[in-house]
Amino acid sequence: MTGSKDHDHDHDDESSDTHETAAVDGGTAAYGGPTIRSRPSHLRRNIELIGVALVGVLAAAMIGFIALDWLRRYPGADAFGPLEAVYSATGIDPAAGYLFDQFLIAGEWIDHFLGTEVFQYAFMWRNIATGVLVGVVAPLVGTYLVHRQMALIGETLAHTAFAGVAVGLLFVAVTGWQGSLLYVALVVSVIGALGVQWLTERTNSFGDVPIAIMLTGSFAVGTLLISWGRGFMSIGVDIEEFLFGSLSVVSASGSRLMAALTVGVVAIVAVTYKQLLFITFDEQAARVARLNVSAYNTLLVVMTAVVVVGAMQVLGVILVAGMLVIPVAAASQIAHSFRETLFLSILFGQLSILGGYTFALTQSLPSGGSIIVVAIGIYLAAIAVSDRSGAAISLH
Amino acid sequence: MTSVVDVRNVSFAYGDSLALEEVTLTVENGDFLGLIGPNGSGKTTLLHVMLGLLSPDSGSVRLFDQPIEEFEAGERIGYVSQKATDRGGTMPVTVRECVLMGRFAHVGHGRLNDEDHETVADALETVGIADLADQQMNQLSGGQRQRAYIARALASEADLLALDEPTVGVDAESRDEFYRLLDSLNRSGITIILIEHDIGVVTDRANRIACINTELYHHGDTESFVESEALSEAYGKTGEIVHHHH
Repeated sequence: MTGSKDHDHDHDDESSDTHETAAVDGGTAAYGGPTIRSRPSHLRRNIELIGVALVGVLAAAMIGFIALDWLRRYPGADAFGPLEAVYSATGIDPAAGYLFDQFLIAGEWIDHFLGTEVFQYAFMWRNIATGVLVGVVAPLVGTYLVHRQMALIGETLAHTAFAGVAVGLLFVAVTGWQGSLLYVALVVSVIGALGVQWLTERTNSFGDVPIAIMLTGSFAVGTLLISWGRGFMSIGVDIEEFLFGSLSVVSASGSRLMAALTVGVVAIVAVTYKQLLFITFDEQAARVARLNVSAYNTLLVVMTAVVVVGAMQVLGVILVAGMLVIPVAAASQIAHSFRETLFLSILFGQLSILGGYTFALTQSLPSGGSIIVVAIGIYLAAIAVSDRSGAAISLH
Repeated sequence: MTSVVDVRNVSFAYGDSLALEEVTLTVENGDFLGLIGPNGSGKTTLLHVMLGLLSPDSGSVRLFDQPIEEFEAGERIGYVSQKATDRGGTMPVTVRECVLMGRFAHVGHGRLNDEDHETVADALETVGIADLADQQMNQLSGGQRQRAYIARALASEADLLALDEPTVGVDAESRDEFYRLLDSLNRSGITIILIEHDIGVVTDRANRIACINTELYHHGDTESFVESEALSEAYGKTGEIVHHHH
């Protein structure tokens, strides 16, 4: 069990070790170790915190918009039982429809000042809201995925979701069901996630062979289902929009789905942050500490499946994994701690979304590709910055 | 004395190849057990069986007087694995974050409070890396990194420390310091199980020795091991002996 590999790690800087003698007793030894990345300054930490807080406010506002959009649809939302009670108690008109209209009026003002024709339309807001929420949850889940070296799982689950969309199309065409086919995609994707988890546990690692089989397999099934369905029924959906993402795919129910899953995923990560970190960093030690590693793995994979279905609306099946991976890769280049990685991932994710939308809207190009290109731009900038400050990890 | 680990007639095979055969041994409270054997002799497998990472094909294991299947008090065990089994090499995690993981089993899904942070600060102080708390794990030298893992075990207030070749790739001087630290922890009452290929280190430090090569060749105090033929018998089957004098 020992042997030649014993010496694989001899590159570790020896000069730092020689100073450890005094440390055992007093803990005050000076370490002449390798060039070490300095601690993040207070200023930088504060900027990050403010950034994350702003993203939080923006996301909350978007969830608020989606909620108003939903509530105003109820006939007589003004007379909605509990709302009516609030009205009679406080005298404040809680009518969702009224607030919703105010939102769009504000949008008209924004359009007026920016010279655009975007923010006055409810469907554009639904899009932007969905995108903003994708920019929060995709990097959030992605931070764990990337460092568990499970990045390909996201890609696989996106393809499973595509099979789900195909099943959903058939289901809607056959049954005349009124609900969003995203719900069908969600169910299929979660089943696919559990399948991936089952396969990888059988093969005892997140090996890429079962993943590759699952990835191509579900895509194959999806294309077969769609072609077969087209033979005898009319499918009134453009498949390309699901493949590459489009500004017109996001429906009211799709944005509601995104809002609900954002609240769910953020809450779950808030509660299980520590456990997910432990299994990501040192799975074996987490097992010894009697964490239910397999349950947390399943949780992570299912959350990924759910996020992927939501994010697929703006990014498309092919590109959705990019949002799970690229902001995290950029953040990992310059972050000093895991917590900072998480914060920066979300910041970079949000910048990619907003930048990508701006680019897509002004150039009339698809949103998915724009967002990913902006994200890669941020990634390259992060590499450049980390080189300049001498932060590259030197092993020599 | 109460037993910390109690292994009875344990056998374990990877497919057709037998790794452990009818191994029986007990680790008592306060022991410093050196677990030695040639390459591929089943040392790590035995340790994993003791910790519940692997289930034996036959035989039984008890941890802290509980059948291992029912053992839930994970915070009582600190585990320092062979180098490079964790993501410390690529993931931006600070030393403090790593040591805080020792508190996770205590707080569950709750929040870490000031006491938890104090415990972590104390643990960092004890192993002598308090000044490295905000460095990243991947910037530490091998010796410093292993100290961080020990600190994690201390932070979890473990009664049992299991180490699987902790000083692979660590230079000689830091290694001596590291073993001196283990000695002082053992004297403060922590039970230690140490896998180590350097037999000199084990006979110098451990008060009990288990020498295995699939079967158990010796289990007893260090003096009787040095006088016995167990070493050459176990190593005679395969491999060579690594023996440095200190």
